[in-house]
Amino acid sequence: MHDMNTVASSVTSSPFIPSSASVAQIMRTVIYALIPGIVIYIGLFGWGVLINIVIASVSALIFEWLMLIIRDRSIRVFLFDGSAILTAILLALAIPPAVPWWIPVVGSFFAIVVAKHLYGGLGYNTFNPAMAAYAILLISFPRELSLWNVPLDQLNQSLDFIGSLQFSLFHILPSTVQYDSITSATLLDHVRTEVGLGKGIDVISRSPVFGYISGAGYEWVNAGFLLGGLWLIYRKIISWHIPVAMLSGISIISGVSFLIAPNTFTSPLIHLLAGASILGAFFIATDPITASTTPIGKIVYGFGIGLITFSIRAWGGYPDGVAFGVLLMGLTVPLLDYYTAPKVFGARKNK
Amino acid sequence: MKKLWHFKGGIKLPGFKSLSNTQVKQAPLPEKIILPLRQHIGEAAEPVVAVGDKVYKGQLVAISHSFISAPIHASSSGVVVDINKYSIPHQSGISEMCVVIETDGVDKWDPRIEPNVHPELLSADEMRVRIREAGIVGLGGAVFPSAAKLKPTRTIDTLVINGVECEPYITCDDALMRSHPENIIRGILLLRKLLNPVECIIAVEDNKPEAIALLQETLVKLKTAGIGSVNTIRVVSVPTVFPTGGEKQLIKVLTGKEVPQHGLPYEVGIVCLNVGTTAAVYDALYSGKPLVSRLMTVTGPQIKNPANFEVLIGTPVENILAAAGGVISDKHTLIMGGPMMGMSLLNAKVPVVKASNCILVEASAEELKSSAMPCIRCGTCATVCPMNLLPQQLYWHARAKAFDKLEHYNLSDCIECGCCSVVCPSKIPLVHYFRFAKTEKYEHEIKAKFADQSRIRTQVREARLERIKQEQEARKAKRKADRQKKKAASADADVSKQVSTG
Repeated sequence: MHDMNTVASSVTSSPFIPSSASVAQIMRTVIYALIPGIVIYIGLFGWGVLINIVIASVSALIFEWLMLIIRDRSIRVFLFDGSAILTAILLALAIPPAVPWWIPVVGSFFAIVVAKHLYGGLGYNTFNPAMAAYAILLISFPRELSLWNVPLDQLNQSLDFIGSLQFSLFHILPSTVQYDSITSATLLDHVRTEVGLGKGIDVISRSPVFGYISGAGYEWVNAGFLLGGLWLIYRKIISWHIPVAMLSGISIISGVSFLIAPNTFTSPLIHLLAGASILGAFFIATDPITASTTPIGKIVYGFGIGLITFSIRAWGGYPDGVAFGVLLMGLTVPLLDYYTAPKVFGARKNK
Repeated sequence: MKKLWHFKGGIKLPGFKSLSNTQVKQAPLPEKIILPLRQHIGEAAEPVVAVGDKVYKGQLVAISHSFISAPIHASSSGVVVDINKYSIPHQSGISEMCVVIETDGVDKWDPRIEPNVHPELLSADEMRVRIREAGIVGLGGAVFPSAAKLKPTRTIDTLVINGVECEPYITCDDALMRSHPENIIRGILLLRKLLNPVECIIAVEDNKPEAIALLQETLVKLKTAGIGSVNTIRVVSVPTVFPTGGEKQLIKVLTGKEVPQHGLPYEVGIVCLNVGTTAAVYDALYSGKPLVSRLMTVTGPQIKNPANFEVLIGTPVENILAAAGGVISDKHTLIMGGPMMGMSLLNAKVPVVKASNCILVEASAEELKSSAMPCIRCGTCATVCPMNLLPQQLYWHARAKAFDKLEHYNLSDCIECGCCSVVCPSKIPLVHYFRFAKTEKYEHEIKAKFADQSRIRTQVREARLERIKQEQEARKAKRKADRQKKKAASADADVSKQVSTG
């Protein structure tokens, strides 16, 4: 292996046209595509979102820098390739806006140090770093990870920037604000608890947490992510296969369930636009390093994530299942890639 | 308008064609001509001249014996001064046997060469012999001996004449189509006699409108002159996507047919020849002249006067560079061929060969190189691969030298077009890995074959030794048994003797 690498770097051979694309450019484009969703998120749910993104990004860069030093890798090449910041942003979007500062820091540590660098760094990680970190946080700190913010317009008492920062850093709230009143269960969590108590969807869906379609406030945030995701397909940064397959997976299984028992299962539309379906389909499952690379492989991979996501939501122990879907289907990627290689040009029928 | 198909993948590239697209200039006669004996796919030719021999231009200097081979002719008159190993245009700068001729400056054609006014009256076999004896090989770059292509074992539906020239910078085929459209069309009419195709298509990329128009005008002109068979020839403009000029890709675009894996175009009823080859066939059959020169582009950001030249085969590259005004700076890379599939030359002493369609003088290697990042498996390489391969998987397995996996992912189908490398955001020199892996895999297979052979040899030897041993033992046992029998018999005899005597 070593001789081949030396050859590759010492001899000039065709093509002699340098590649104009770059990893950093791809990562930057994905980050730009997240902006509409993030802006809507901050607008509807307050500064906690931005504070988490900043804390996660800064700590991710520090961990990345340390690991590059320890592993003797080029800091100039890797530190600002955008991959660490993208991981941090996705992680920050996966956790609730009102959490203490050490939640994103611990998450970044796990994402960058364990899931990314201990597996070999950029390009070599088996698991999606943001989702692996989220899963660890969810298992380790279930309380902090399950209370999500109520949209600002449903609040009498709101948290300004200073208040949000104080809450994040020192876990103090202004005397006028109670923690329980600014946070609540999300739509998916609410449905899961109430259905567990034997209530029907007709009763449950009267809750203000439902919003217009799929969760007060969150439905708009997801619309923002959908916009960014479609732009990524248009820019050919991602292909349509994984998002379409994952959303189809969710729609089909939730549609069938809804048709069979409409009072136990929410409609497919809610499943598509609530939770992390959209963010997951366009931004997380499409992480090239951990996803399948062949057209058919991508479809199976995405569809599988969709099925697992719904199964966990409907019958599992957690309100949402995107992260586990991505992690579990990630395990099947080597197999998928091997068995779904496209037919070579001129393939003979009876090869 | 003809219906066109498209192949999966490919990329759009900047052309840089206007740089060199001038009138064809005559390259000056070099003092020395170096003629490698292997300028084609197949066996090297064998020299039929000796040091000190005087040769005419066009005289045979090396003869080919096998079917897949081609003879070599002196490209100018002069004296053979050496037959030895010289550095040839090759990626690793290896040397091969060459005939070196010191030119006499007269450039006198062999008087035995006679033009033929009506080559169409020749029999098909006679035409093939003449094409073969003229040393004609595929001038598009593959240098497959043309005569071998012109005797297909099944009926041919379509003769495709490749004037696509999809590599950036190169314009010599364009220059040929614009300067000699009639030679190309008359060449096709002769090839029709050999192949009897239903139709002939001249394919040209749509970035060469002038060539397309001139070819069409020539068709009309020949038709009004009473040559009705031009009716079977059509000029088809194809979209400018690299690598449409690849034989398999072009056939797909024109006919929708895919040449089978590890197969040849005739299997789907198609023969494909380059426009330059077609013009060379015209020259060989009408004028009787063998292939001793070719059109060639000299271009790139580091050459003073980019242009197209008619160059004698065997001319050292440095002479051609001088003819184009010389290089701009010493910091440059010499590339023979185009920027996508050409090879870098280690020095300018190597000769122009039949395959040389371009000398590209690029920026220095340092400027062209960029440091590679790890593969992020984005799969862009797979979307542009015109052979529908998975370069990102081939890359992993090439690094691991996992030869069975490389076979599974069809490494041998890679045409080394370079699309994957050009789009890679991690700037991994993918094609370089694949080229290297192919060589490694080939060596591995040869070693495995040797190992197999020696294992079989050992097994046979062991079996033979075992057999000998068993035979010896059997003989021994038989002798023993015989002896005992004898003994018993003699004992019996003794007893009977004793009895009889007793």
